[in-house]
Amino acid sequence: MVELALPANSKVGTGKSWPKPAGAAKTKTFKVYRWNPDDEENPKVDSFEVDLDDCGPMVLDALIKIKNEIDPTLTFRRSCREGVCGSCAMNIDGTNTLACTKYLSEIGGDVKVYPLPHMPVVKDLVPDLTQIYAQYASIEPWLKTETPAPERERAQSPEERARLDGLWECILCFSCSTSCPSYWWNGDRYLGPAILLQAYRWIVDSRDEATGERLDQLEDPFRLYRCHTIMNCTKTCPKSLNPAKAIAEIKKLMVERKG
Amino acid sequence: MSLRSPLGRVRGLGSAKDGTGHWWAQRLTALALIPLTVWFCVAVVSLSGADHAAVAAWAGSPLVAGLLILLIAATFYHAYLGVQVVIEDYVHSEMFKIAGLLLAKAAAIVLALTGILSVLLLLFR
Repeated sequence: MVELALPANSKVGTGKSWPKPAGAAKTKTFKVYRWNPDDEENPKVDSFEVDLDDCGPMVLDALIKIKNEIDPTLTFRRSCREGVCGSCAMNIDGTNTLACTKYLSEIGGDVKVYPLPHMPVVKDLVPDLTQIYAQYASIEPWLKTETPAPERERAQSPEERARLDGLWECILCFSCSTSCPSYWWNGDRYLGPAILLQAYRWIVDSRDEATGERLDQLEDPFRLYRCHTIMNCTKTCPKSLNPAKAIAEIKKLMVERKG
Repeated sequence: MSLRSPLGRVRGLGSAKDGTGHWWAQRLTALALIPLTVWFCVAVVSLSGADHAAVAAWAGSPLVAGLLILLIAATFYHAYLGVQVVIEDYVHSEMFKIAGLLLAKAAAIVLALTGILSVLLLLFR
């Protein structure tokens, strides 16, 4: 059954409030979700004050500043700091996005930072992505061909290549899948928008020769058809992609091949 | 606890190779219900103030009875498809899920039959 109330060990309490930095003229409060697997306590929301005059413009800059200068135990993933690697995806100000491309100036009031919703948490802002990576592996995201490799590259017309636009840019940050209620309730069987967009990326690739098998693997009431066009995926995508459209295109192909 | 690999878990029982018919039927019945519902509402409004005999005579003509039967069938088919999705989404206990689906299907069939047989009664009166 869908869980309407949180289980007892998921009730979020109030955590530590760190003092305002001395001499700071312009500060912003960060409410950050904290959970440590080792202390057997419930998650808590810590409150940090960050001096905006001594901080970079992005949410990630503030998180790194908190980790460097206030609490080194704050745990989060980050790598490229420019919206390419997808590591720092988290729920900021109520929306899943990348901490590195989210401007502090876009957020009015306190900055609430939580891990990606409805995923098991490893620690603090680090979600466990084991399941979704396995789902990615399950769609076999590589070029499948039987025609022997040509002397040079496998050719693609400019129009065929253009069909991959809006798909190849996905960085697998999983902001979309973790914003999707269908994925929350049925993520064990529903593949979710990120994986379905990736699946479509290989389905429309003109060089791929396994289109039919790929569609066969997706044609399932849970794997594909849990999408009810809620559109949270498209709304939240930090790369402005449209996973909902990719899913709709897959559904159209399913009908098309029937008759 | 399971020591099965994440990929093994995700692949699970494999693709059911099903669901497209359901999805397509839901869309087709939705489309069919647009003109049928508009027609029905307009007809009911234009019949306001008419007595029982006039309404029974209207519903008893072959064309109107046919459209009414189509409206009733499409409504309950569409409703069942929708309720089925809701139950599959939210009810995760296998027992309650099957019971809910059977109840919803039974309710849709009984209600649809009641409506259709009522129209037939008027038609063959």
